[in-house]
Amino acid sequence: MSGRLFFYAAALAALLTVPYWIHGDYYVNVSSQILFYAIFAMGLNIIAGYGGLVSLGHAGLFGIAAYSTGYVLQAGFGHPLAILTALVLGLASMAVYAVLSLRTTGIGFIMITLALGEIIWGLCYRWISITGGDNGINLHGRPHPFGLSVDSPTAFYYATLAVFVAALASVALFVRSPLGAALMGTRDQPRRMNALGFHVWAIRFWACMFSGLLTAIAGILFVYYTQFISPQAVDLTSSAEVLLMVIAGGAGTLFGPIVGAALVVTVKSVVSGFIERWNMLLGAIFVTIVILMPEGLVPGTARLWRLGVRKFGGAGKPAVTGAEP
Amino acid sequence: MSALSVSGLSKAFGGLQVTRNVDLDVQPGERRLIIGPNGAGKTTLFNLITGELSPDSGSVTLFGEDITRVPSRRRPHMGMARTYQIITLFPHDTIIHNVSLALLGLSPLRWNPLIEMKRQAHIATHGHEALERVGLAHIAERPLSQTSYGERRRVEIAMALAQNPKVLLLDEPFAGLSIDERRDVHELLLAIPRDVTMVMIEHNMDVALEFAERITLLHFGEVIVEGSRAEVVADPRTREVYLGH
Repeated sequence: MSGRLFFYAAALAALLTVPYWIHGDYYVNVSSQILFYAIFAMGLNIIAGYGGLVSLGHAGLFGIAAYSTGYVLQAGFGHPLAILTALVLGLASMAVYAVLSLRTTGIGFIMITLALGEIIWGLCYRWISITGGDNGINLHGRPHPFGLSVDSPTAFYYATLAVFVAALASVALFVRSPLGAALMGTRDQPRRMNALGFHVWAIRFWACMFSGLLTAIAGILFVYYTQFISPQAVDLTSSAEVLLMVIAGGAGTLFGPIVGAALVVTVKSVVSGFIERWNMLLGAIFVTIVILMPEGLVPGTARLWRLGVRKFGGAGKPAVTGAEP
Repeated sequence: MSALSVSGLSKAFGGLQVTRNVDLDVQPGERRLIIGPNGAGKTTLFNLITGELSPDSGSVTLFGEDITRVPSRRRPHMGMARTYQIITLFPHDTIIHNVSLALLGLSPLRWNPLIEMKRQAHIATHGHEALERVGLAHIAERPLSQTSYGERRRVEIAMALAQNPKVLLLDEPFAGLSIDERRDVHELLLAIPRDVTMVMIEHNMDVALEFAERITLLHFGEVIVEGSRAEVVADPRTREVYLGH
């Protein structure tokens, strides 16, 4: 257990010192991107990983939060109202998503969320008086939480990190809680859960709302980071990309989506500078992960690690904790 | 007042009438056995009683209260628990977690996202008690994937018992068990106190007959014979329908 604590402390220390050991604003900005995409992926992971409900329309929710922030700011109101509106509209859209798509599970759920995501993309693209159409909405400036400026890349990184740590802590709390256990139960045996007295639909609905909250927060951070929102951020590719983060890192694990976000964002923004066909590289990486670690990078690495300890560690420590009588 | 009462219950899947005007009256504390050949509609009858299927007509009453329109998820809260013929457990979790979910299902804590499940002492205590009753407390922390079929059958029963039901519906609790395991489960069921009313579907006649006080024989969704153990066994229709000659 102390090994795990050490790992958390080391990871937090590494994240806190990023601007000191990574040189250049560009890479600090990439780190910020990794963090808010990780929040987005953690949000999707709540329902896709822990709830078994795969959504291909989450970029729509992400976009609604981002557009709401942009629209309210453009209309001349302040940051608090913009953020509040984004959260409220993000959650309201999630509720509509949930009510419509929770009528089914599996492929039906995927298709309905995909359709809803496309409707939102269509609105962003065509409802020009609100969204600016293809030109999108430009922002001017970032908020000043507690009077602190987050205009510089380093300051924005720390603000994002604070939100990220809070999001991660809330997810960690949730998956250990009774409601989290109930959600995983509805993923594995929905019929049994119902027969045990659980309200399967309501459990899934609240999981969707939590997912929607994290997604909206990620959308707000995104629009403040890029200072711009256009339909491109809302399209199907974006939904698929965040799902890829979840699956590549390890669906239904706490750290999987974070590793997945780091992988995808790094390939997209850093490697693409050196390799023109970075999309192909990302595809190749994904195929490799699926072949070697179909469960995702985090659980896959853990499995290989245990295998290595058992083979070469020599301590004779059993890999599984099934205590014999 | 009967513990469980079913009257005029019918259900059809398309043109196939699987339950025909079934009446059933189970007294508090009774041990009732439901028998019938494959496809007689025994499990369907259970699904109608628990509300997993809704009947086309007829009613289900639990301790005098009409529950025909009560959603199936509410029924455990009213004192009804069941086991499944096809084992329906949580394969990625430990035995104690499976039983904890059964306890959580009836607890208001199930909506709580802010506390740690593992630290809920009363759930852990009651879970271990339920496992004690089925003789699995010593392997409570074992992942379900590493348990035998017989142990899983007992986990099914432990989950039902953990909910402290007034009416317990057992769907073929001996299915697929070895002779030794069958005897263990049989003793376990005999040890359940009389404040629990039990209805059991079972094919295995040697253990089941010993358990039952009254027997209902279903055939093509219909109640053919009902009566005490001796009456039903002696009835020529039982021989004809169930024993096949």
